[in-house]
Amino acid sequence: MPRKKIEKLINKNGVRIDGRKLDELRPMKIEVGVLGNADGSAYIQQGKTKVLAAVYGPHEVHPRHLALPDRAVLRCRYHMAPFSVEERKSPAPSRREMEISKVIREALDPAVFVEYYPRTSVDIFTEVLQADGGTRCASLTAASLALADAGIPMRDLVVACAAGKVEGLLVLDLSDPEDKVGEADVPVAFMANLNAITLLQMDGMLTIDEFEQVVNLALQGCKQIYALQKEALKSKYVVVKEEVKE
Amino acid sequence: MDMPIFFEKRQLVTPGDLLAEGDYSAGENTYKEDNKIYATRVGLVNYEDRRIYVVALKAFYVPNVEDLVIGKVLEVGLGGWALDIRAPYLAMLRASDALDRPFKPQRNDLPSIFDVGDLVLSKIVDYDRTRDPLLTVREPGLGKITRGQVTEITPTKIPRVIGRKGSMISMLKRETECQITVGQNGLILVNGKTPEDEELAIMAIRKIEQEAHTSGLTDRVAEMIRKEKGSVEHAPKEN
Amino acid sequence: MTTSVIAARVKQKQIAQLISRGKRLDGRGLTDYRETQLEAGVIERAEGSARVRLGKTEVMVGVKIEVGEPFTDIPNEGVLTVNAELVPLASPTFEPGPPDENSIELARVVDRGIRESKAIDLGKLCLVPGKKVFVIFVDVYVLNYDGNLIDASAIASLAALLNTKLFNYEVEDGEVKIKPGYTQLPIKNHPITVTFAKIKDKLIMDPSLEEEQVMDARLTITIEKDGKICAMQKGGQGHFTIQQVMDAVRTAQGKVEELRKIVVGG
Repeated sequence: MPRKKIEKLINKNGVRIDGRKLDELRPMKIEVGVLGNADGSAYIQQGKTKVLAAVYGPHEVHPRHLALPDRAVLRCRYHMAPFSVEERKSPAPSRREMEISKVIREALDPAVFVEYYPRTSVDIFTEVLQADGGTRCASLTAASLALADAGIPMRDLVVACAAGKVEGLLVLDLSDPEDKVGEADVPVAFMANLNAITLLQMDGMLTIDEFEQVVNLALQGCKQIYALQKEALKSKYVVVKEEVKE
Repeated sequence: MDMPIFFEKRQLVTPGDLLAEGDYSAGENTYKEDNKIYATRVGLVNYEDRRIYVVALKAFYVPNVEDLVIGKVLEVGLGGWALDIRAPYLAMLRASDALDRPFKPQRNDLPSIFDVGDLVLSKIVDYDRTRDPLLTVREPGLGKITRGQVTEITPTKIPRVIGRKGSMISMLKRETECQITVGQNGLILVNGKTPEDEELAIMAIRKIEQEAHTSGLTDRVAEMIRKEKGSVEHAPKEN
Repeated sequence: MTTSVIAARVKQKQIAQLISRGKRLDGRGLTDYRETQLEAGVIERAEGSARVRLGKTEVMVGVKIEVGEPFTDIPNEGVLTVNAELVPLASPTFEPGPPDENSIELARVVDRGIRESKAIDLGKLCLVPGKKVFVIFVDVYVLNYDGNLIDASAIASLAALLNTKLFNYEVEDGEVKIKPGYTQLPIKNHPITVTFAKIKDKLIMDPSLEEEQVMDARLTITIEKDGKICAMQKGGQGHFTIQQVMDAVRTAQGKVEELRKIVVGG
């Protein structure tokens, strides 16, 4: 399919092509515990981006030589389904997917109490079912929920969101057309309790001041999504109101 | 007593929720950092004296010495068996333990004792961070499970199935007339006079799992069992 | 970099203690780079090449240019592709085989610096629109690993590109004919990459191998000639606070000129 030429992504009133304001997140839907076999799982829809995350473990590592004596290893696979993008993508892992798998794993590692389960592995799988920008952030956010759903002890939930610059303006949560045409994209993952940024990447061009503003904008997005994450986790369980007698 | 606690008792919390700040100790499913106590799992927060803890709603089984567990044989090795006990680690059962005498590889055929796929009721006899848990079947009642049905619930609900001072499990045994053996790892063995009795017990266990957090559960489950039994007795027998 | 070597906790404590007093194992200051040696044009057969020694880390980059097809969604631009090989002779921890996540990350971070700074005007590399363009292969070859492969590779890549000659050509009936002579590949920007390692909440630049083995996390920042940031990559299993990120960015800003001089000359 030929690429459509988009005239302008943001109009003079600061409204984006999908109707959003500059600092507005796309509508999100989050569900936890969606897969039967996985120890933990979550599904996230962020605008048109759809991702699924599953966690297996902690369990014995195979092959054995990959085990660490004093902690669990995290293994992560970020992968895009062939039908997730405009032009069919080969199912074989691409270099981009391998890099993203690495940065997602490194973003989740600080959150998990890996030292509790030496010689085991926790395997995290994320599949992008439909890609419209922000897939690594949505995958990270979903993976974090899948870890919590698997009952794996964590210091905090990890939440991720991207912000950037499009047509000279700083915007939150870029969709795919905005990312392709924009001047910069900065995905950020955050753990609120430790005030810790666990994923930070940037491509494009920003002055140092713009960069600081963009990161802060992304962190604002993270805080909003964090609240949605918690809500999604809780809604799986009936809230206890009365006293429980044993 | 001036203690900042940020939650009500039995409130639902998620990993990373700030539970308290100050001179408290971090109990189960919590951790302390910078004088603050946070939850590590999804569950219901509570506190006793100055100890803050979370009863996890979803957690996997972590082995404890002396726990009774039901495991499935995954591998038959040269000196024993490896069992899946639904924990992050495989559990080991030595041949010498099952044979109750020194093991002679040429003369003893391990698969004839426990083979791949067999369910075994055993006890954890040793476990530390540097090795897999070690099992024993030496005590009376332990060994291969040859009859009855095994069901599985999330391990965090096991205490509910037992109940305070065993009240729930005594009721279950009495009402269903089944022998019920509870593995701490979430597997439960039910042995009844008839398969229908066993199924009834399993149905009751499922109900406990689903409604674990509610009150008056023991009575409600007892009532459910009686109702089911009553209807079964009056139903015409099918061939 | 993920390595399979488990650093002794004693070593980590020692390094951390030194750093808290503003010193490092090899006596450097926290923002000092190791001695950098750069040689351009070392491989005559390649269209461009350079070798960099950053302390004992050694990286060679070769640039090859071919005529090829453009990407379908960018039909009028040349193609830049960066690949990195962590060859087994460079370290006991490098295994032979297809590129692993470390070499892929290395290549992609170096690529991002060059691409986002628009150092190469890819639009000028179109030969027959939609059909034939120049494809620039930048191959990063790590010869000795003693920490901070990213910065060494980025410096070597930029130097190799500055050294790259495009053969003269003529387009006749949609066919590209090579003519005698060369022109220098026009390079419009000089992105410089600097990497920080965080050890016990202190930031150091140009980590050596030992420092990498005990670091919590690393942050790589690429700054182009006008002082704008064009690429950034956090790596490793630890984290940074936003204050640490901005401190690193400001320190980087002050440092890149020094490194740029090495590549581009005073």
